[in-house]
Amino acid sequence: MCLAVPMKVEKIEGDPDDFTQNQIAVVNMDGVSRKIRLDVVDRWPEVGDYVIVHAGFAIHSLIEEEAKKNIELIREMASHMPEELLLAGDDS
Amino acid sequence: MKYIDEYRDSSLVKPLVEKLKKSVTKPVRLMEVCGTHTMAIFRNGIRSILPAGMEIVSGPGCPVCVTSASHMDAFIAMAEIPGVRVAIFGDLFRVPGSHGSLANATARGALVEVVYSPMDALELARNNPEDTVVFLGVGFETTTPGIAATILAAYHEDIDNFCVFSTQKVIPGPLEALMQDPQLNINGLLCPGHVSAIIGAGAYQPFVDQGLACVVAGFEPADLVNGLILLAKQVGSNTPQVENIYPRVVSWDGNRRALAMVDQIFEPTDMEWRGLGVIENSGLAIREKYQKFDAQKRFDIELVPTEEPKGCLCGEILKGQTVPPQCPLFGSRCKPSTPVGPCMVSSEGTCAAYYKYGRDS
Repeated sequence: MCLAVPMKVEKIEGDPDDFTQNQIAVVNMDGVSRKIRLDVVDRWPEVGDYVIVHAGFAIHSLIEEEAKKNIELIREMASHMPEELLLAGDDS
Repeated sequence: MKYIDEYRDSSLVKPLVEKLKKSVTKPVRLMEVCGTHTMAIFRNGIRSILPAGMEIVSGPGCPVCVTSASHMDAFIAMAEIPGVRVAIFGDLFRVPGSHGSLANATARGALVEVVYSPMDALELARNNPEDTVVFLGVGFETTTPGIAATILAAYHEDIDNFCVFSTQKVIPGPLEALMQDPQLNINGLLCPGHVSAIIGAGAYQPFVDQGLACVVAGFEPADLVNGLILLAKQVGSNTPQVENIYPRVVSWDGNRRALAMVDQIFEPTDMEWRGLGVIENSGLAIREKYQKFDAQKRFDIELVPTEEPKGCLCGEILKGQTVPPQCPLFGSRCKPSTPVGPCMVSSEGTCAAYYKYGRDS
């Protein structure tokens, strides 16, 4: 139920500070476009950004730098074994 | 798909799985708090690659599963009021109350609409001015901001035939209460990804202060395996801390804009959880300023204490005290096609996950 997926922003309507007007983005995932709401997104996105969408609302807008840092964190873990994890007699 | 495929890449996941095998230096008993993690762990076969000495139990993070039977009865009573059209997330449709489910109520003529977003429920209200549309609000911190924004939109548009029955719940308090149970003996938490997008990774610091390892992780295989490695490492070296390995979505402080929206519309209230009972300030009620959108006030619906279905162990399963195969009903009287308890109904329920993926393990 807390499923949320990254979708690419194609178009934006509304003003981040005016909740009396609709705050809407058209997003695309795998070629399918749909309208979602931006009322509760943490950072107002720009066209081309990715947002994490849950139940029709963007809950987060991704920053390329954070995404890069994320995959690097995991790649580092995959390629490098911190010493304290090595078991006695393990020479891998 | 960008931001997804790279976390499924076998050239990344395989070495992580090898590392996981070597990561356990002392027994690790973990809880995955979130129902979406429960499903992701099963779907990706993570349970089958757990090293000796590592155990994972499922926690209370499936919103439909922790919805009490008395709330289900109130939902059904709401749906049966003439002139009411209820809007729900699909998972709720077949959850049994004490006298059948919303699905059974539709057979008696109740109007129940499955929606993808609370905004769709507001659209139903616009399109059906002769009915009162009641959105049955179920969910945690991830879902509540959208419901709050929908209520605010209804307020600005002055839509009179829309209201929300809030059973919205918060995760940290009840989880803390659960961790007080000495029998549980959990030493690390795989913390929810999307709840944390809202509340921030910093929300788990109190658990670290109790000695629990905490890792906030995403939902793809590389996220999950990396999370388990780091939890084993923290437990092994006795250095509990909050590690956030989902920084593409989760920050330390969370989503302030969403939190402000929730605070504008909702206030804390005591809430009943299935299996856990009533927990102080673990739920959210609609503030007085927006009370015309509060379905419980509008229709004066009372919660009637209800007994759990006989033999059903959902309550114990939600607390991590037992596993579905230990339930006498599991797989015989209780199946996805004929569910007795909510953990078998929800697509994120622990029983549904065990039934679909885990019966052989």
